[in-house]
Amino acid sequence: MIALPAGGKGRARWSFVDNERRLWPAMLAPAILYIALLVGVPFVLSLFYSVSNATVGSRSIQFVGLENFRRIVESGTFWLSLKNTVLITVVSQFLVIVCANILALALTGEFRGKWLVRFLILLPWVAPISLGSIGWLWIFDSIYSVINWTARAVGLLGPHEWPIWLGEPTLAKTSIIIVNVWRIVPLATVIILAGLSSIPQDIHDAAQVDGAGFWRHYFEITGPLIMPITLVALLFGIIFTFTDMIVVFVLTRGGPYDTTQVIASWAYFTGIQGGDLAGGAAISLFLFPVLAIVAVVFLLFAKRAEVT
Amino acid sequence: MATVEARRLVKLFDDVRAVDGIDLLARQGEFLVLLGPSGCGKTTLMRMIAGLEHPTSGDILIDGKVVTELPPRARNIAMVFQSYALYPHLTVARNIAFPLRAVGMPKPDIRKKVEWAAQMFGIERLLDRKPRQLSGGERQRVALARAVVREPVVFLLDEPLSNLDAKLRNSARDELKQFQRKLGTTTIYVTHDQAEAMGLGDRIAVLSEGRVRQIGTPHDIYLRPADTFVATFIGSPPMNLVAEGKTWLGFRPEAFLPREVEPAADGIVFPFRVTRVEYLGAERLVYGVIDGRTPETHVISKIPTNIRTEIAADGVYDFVVRRQDIERFDRDSGRRIDGGSA
Repeated sequence: MIALPAGGKGRARWSFVDNERRLWPAMLAPAILYIALLVGVPFVLSLFYSVSNATVGSRSIQFVGLENFRRIVESGTFWLSLKNTVLITVVSQFLVIVCANILALALTGEFRGKWLVRFLILLPWVAPISLGSIGWLWIFDSIYSVINWTARAVGLLGPHEWPIWLGEPTLAKTSIIIVNVWRIVPLATVIILAGLSSIPQDIHDAAQVDGAGFWRHYFEITGPLIMPITLVALLFGIIFTFTDMIVVFVLTRGGPYDTTQVIASWAYFTGIQGGDLAGGAAISLFLFPVLAIVAVVFLLFAKRAEVT
Repeated sequence: MATVEARRLVKLFDDVRAVDGIDLLARQGEFLVLLGPSGCGKTTLMRMIAGLEHPTSGDILIDGKVVTELPPRARNIAMVFQSYALYPHLTVARNIAFPLRAVGMPKPDIRKKVEWAAQMFGIERLLDRKPRQLSGGERQRVALARAVVREPVVFLLDEPLSNLDAKLRNSARDELKQFQRKLGTTTIYVTHDQAEAMGLGDRIAVLSEGRVRQIGTPHDIYLRPADTFVATFIGSPPMNLVAEGKTWLGFRPEAFLPREVEPAADGIVFPFRVTRVEYLGAERLVYGVIDGRTPETHVISKIPTNIRTEIAADGVYDFVVRRQDIERFDRDSGRRIDGGSA
């Protein structure tokens, strides 16, 4: 038993902290309020807009049913955006998982200057996405591209070769993928590093004594053991990439000719810049079912793959 | 089957000499126990033999060949860990098969070997389970099966019984010894439990502070300890040490008995002031000091219960030790003085 302070006031405070039935709603309330106001309200609002004819220029709103969705599905840009979104997400997340695994494995070793490497790896995550993307805009610049000048200096590019990174559809998509990989790798590395350090050293020792070389050790022991947490990293990566518009917005604005448009950026260009609020809301709603399914599938899979 | 040898083996962790110049030879087919208090370097020594740690200097030889620079997988050894280190995501069958797959054995052969090992340890019905579905004793058997399956030249066992409850530990100890006899594989066994060491070892190496203090049969170690460390580390309760001039007289508690029980003429008689008597069922432990000595010399007597001499706290009794039961140690170095009988 806890000795309660004498005064009535003190007793009241104690009993509140000790009363779990009142304490947990009180502690959950701020988070729920936050989600309701900043996620729930805009979500309901976009549901409402998507079945209306709201525009930036008009104050009248009429219910138009699924007209907006019909318009979107008939548009070629929608299918292109969807394809780009999926392509960019899948390719970048594949690369993220590969790179993050390599980096995390390297960081489990002991070497001089490890803290510096760790700091440098985390840097892209700390920098705001928009600033990072602007940095990359210069790296991919048509005239000043560091990549092109370096490649020419070391003789990788001939005198008449000069890739225009953001001006050609395939290269532009490649650029967007590169920036997304750069941006997500730090998070994935840290998550996988946590997974690696949770494996007892004895397991690694046993695998070594049992005769496993590097690849067998990795693919049959380490990899499967960090699978659940890798899935968490992948889930975050997919959601961040799938819903991101900043990278596309800063690098290409969807161009050339909408060839690098993704769902999020197209929703922005339609709804905010094009003034078609209803259309923009309807486009962005296409993100929701996809992400909901991804989240459910991954959480189920991660639960099943739990090993210890 | 092979010999395992450590030559002038040293391992430094920063400035700590975890292993400090160990020379050791495990003979072919021998069950060698490394015994010592925690932090004595026994696990580090074993990990160096396994190849999991690289020695700072010195060499490891397996079957006469230097393997110091070889990785664990090139040494053909098997190790059982204190935690068993079963792969949690693999079934028992795949756990046992893992070392075989690592050497690229064809699948039908692997199946046969896994069945053989499982049968040997009576775990055939567990083959499809995951480690988390097993009890402690079952896990230990799986770990042993995984070690045995590839027929290594050396077994390294790192306190494999310490996670079992006391009852299971006794039967597991017995089984372990039988398997080792049957397979005839050279075995090095690390423990801090002297009962395990005495019961299992063909020979025991007693380690302290990174050095081998004594290596010998359980009989040797117990009756003729090389120094006062071994004398007081082995035996429960430990050997009594009584100062006499420049030497310690050492005698086991069970050799220190009431005079009327041991009427033999050739003994040394001590007046024993009893402070406490513990009744332990099969024996009595009698604690006390040798009367009239300064500084106080604490000694313990262990008297089988079938000796019914009346002994009570605060009494002074004549106790006797036969001369052949006395070892002498140098008071400065702690080393045993040969021809020890007083």
